[in-house]
Amino acid sequence: MAAYIAETFLPVEAHIKEHPAWFHRFDVFWTPTVLIFAPEGVERYRIEGYLPRDEFRAQLELGFARVALVKKKWADAEKLYNDILQRYPETAAAPEALYWAGVCRYSASHDASNLGETANSFKHAYQQSIWAKKASVWGG
Amino acid sequence: MSISWSKDVDAALAQAKESGRPLLIDFSAAPA
Repeated sequence: MAAYIAETFLPVEAHIKEHPAWFHRFDVFWTPTVLIFAPEGVERYRIEGYLPRDEFRAQLELGFARVALVKKKWADAEKLYNDILQRYPETAAAPEALYWAGVCRYSASHDASNLGETANSFKHAYQQSIWAKKASVWGG
Repeated sequence: MSISWSKDVDAALAQAKESGRPLLIDFSAAPA
């Protein structure tokens, strides 16, 4: 975990006793909270509350993937989402990764069948997730 | 590997912009 954080991000520590003003500055009202910012300084992902190790690692990876997604680096983002799905299939991050991987494929190709295939994937896994509900509009 | 945590968010934001790396800020209230 430490290696992943150190290699992937520029990490900043914000303890409420040392930097109380940052909590207001970044709209943080609960701890632990982890914010992930794109290099240009825009917040792209927020993890609020404690998570067990694998869940937390998967959420960090979702945050990193989102940075690529918003930059429209479709292939990079799709790979990151697929990696999450493959390595953390039992986590709450997995259905979110499945959803956004499909969005990446569609966005790169403009082929709506990619969305339908994603919706179809949810019929076999993560059916009760909010992401399956979001994908349901794509048919499949 | 240990994490080298910055305690200067503005410097870190500037470094992120210059380096092209994303930033992570860990907010906590845990006892030291």
